[in-house]
Amino acid sequence: MARTLILAFETSCDETSVAVVEDGHTILSNVVATQIKSHQRFGGVVPEVASRHHIEQITDCLNLALEQAGVTYDDLSAVAVTYGPGLVGALLIGVTAAKTVAFAHNLPLLPINHMAGHIYAARFVEPIEFPALALLVSGGHTELVYMPRIGEFKIIGETRDDAAGEAYDKIGRVLGINYPAGKEVDQLAHQGQDVFDFPRAMDHDDSYDFSFSGLKSAFINTVHHADQIGETLDRSNLAASFQQAVVDVLADKTVRALHDYPVHQLILAGGVAANQGLRERLASEVAGIETTHLVKAPLALCGDNAAMVGAAAAVAFEQGQLGDATLNADPSLDFDYLER
Amino acid sequence: MKILAMDTSNQPLSVAVLEDSRVLATETVTVEQKHAAYLAPIIERLMATSGVKPADLDRVVVADGPGSYTGLRIGVTTAKTLAATLNIELVGVSSLQTLAANISHENQLVAVLFDGRNDNVFAGVYRIHQGVPTEVTADAHQPFDQFLETLDKAHESLIVLGDTAHFEDRLVAQLGDRVTVLNPVFSLPQATQVARIAQQLPAIKDVDGFVPRYLRLTKAEADWQAQHPKEDGHSYVEKI
Repeated sequence: MARTLILAFETSCDETSVAVVEDGHTILSNVVATQIKSHQRFGGVVPEVASRHHIEQITDCLNLALEQAGVTYDDLSAVAVTYGPGLVGALLIGVTAAKTVAFAHNLPLLPINHMAGHIYAARFVEPIEFPALALLVSGGHTELVYMPRIGEFKIIGETRDDAAGEAYDKIGRVLGINYPAGKEVDQLAHQGQDVFDFPRAMDHDDSYDFSFSGLKSAFINTVHHADQIGETLDRSNLAASFQQAVVDVLADKTVRALHDYPVHQLILAGGVAANQGLRERLASEVAGIETTHLVKAPLALCGDNAAMVGAAAAVAFEQGQLGDATLNADPSLDFDYLER
Repeated sequence: MKILAMDTSNQPLSVAVLEDSRVLATETVTVEQKHAAYLAPIIERLMATSGVKPADLDRVVVADGPGSYTGLRIGVTTAKTLAATLNIELVGVSSLQTLAANISHENQLVAVLFDGRNDNVFAGVYRIHQGVPTEVTADAHQPFDQFLETLDKAHESLIVLGDTAHFEDRLVAQLGDRVTVLNPVFSLPQATQVARIAQQLPAIKDVDGFVPRYLRLTKAEADWQAQHPKEDGHSYVEKI
């Protein structure tokens, strides 16, 4: 059987990425140009600056991806692209480039949800077995996604305010850590103890929804109060207390969801899935559930990349979910909420 | 030589397919703002009408600014991706010069301006030379008053094109009967004119490095540069 080769584009935020993925599970190339150093000048992602960087990088990444994969346009089966959610101006660079390549070489176009991409990063570890549940945690999203069968994604819970990654960046700023703060806060947390016992918002609530803005405020208030009375708090204890509160809520809700929705796999994905504290905690929780095992997205593929988009696109290709020349970016694209 | 030309710099959207100087098909739309959704279908339709396949193209030309940042990026991304993926010639043409090309009267001075908000304009002055607008003052982002002063100093009659409605009163007050503001139909960008101007231009060597002429830094970058005058502005993007 001929192999399926998908050329995938991802430009939803601050990474320009183009990849070639074989049969949905083998990465032939995955070029990622990151803009982090640029946005660090401003303490966070500036959308217009992001769009300008994407257009500087897009064809260079495209050429490199084909060159590194050792394939030509004639070898390709389809072109895939993240069309949402994300920054509209950033998404448009990938969408426009993907539509152009599809037109120029008469290839099918596959519009892909960025969040499906994050989940399918797990496909590079092992095949996804359904039903499955995914905990998706990133700078822009925190959600529990139930997948009853292939190609179907239903949200059962999501954050009502800040995404977990966003909370990391905001408290990172208070600790003097530049965006993206996750990795450094994680490292700092491993050197400290949870002594502040910050609130675990909605932890005992019936829903699977999350909330991190109260935790973020409690953290900031604690630091400001100490500043006012001239007291200096231990940074590693602050980080450990914050991280423990985040991990507790994420783990508790996920474990409860696993009991209500028995699945073969729990998939941990998204930028915050690289967090060691979270990876360790979920591994020990899932170890206690006989019928479920944990599939962690590979560390190198937790952040935004086009390989994951190519993996998700293999399913869309199989199911014939094609886009056409009118495809536009959809910055607030989301999965459907599961009706209960 | 088979050419695809486009202008997405502002609200109008214009596409043309040409064979050398002969226009095979062209379409210009002013009512549709969603270039992201409409550019590709119009290109596909006009090329099909012209019987030109993507692989037949020799050159793609695009109005590359100034203009709406998002609009420019849709045209420029389409053009540079086509050039890169088909390995064909790419040429960028000033969006202001494109409008000036609507005037053919030899030796005529033509000022073109786009509204840049807060009483600023993206503007340039051209003189028609052998039928083609040639630069008199470079395209720049500037306060309208400063541009008006430049026009006043020219001491000759001129035609003004572009977003004239908002500035017409002050143009007439300052320049009197030296200024002619034409019917808006002359301020409509035509992809055919982009292709005509591009005939005189060499293909861009660095297709990957091709970006719109924004003529303006983002506010975040301008503020940052003001605070960090010694930074050399090296690339902040890296492949990982």
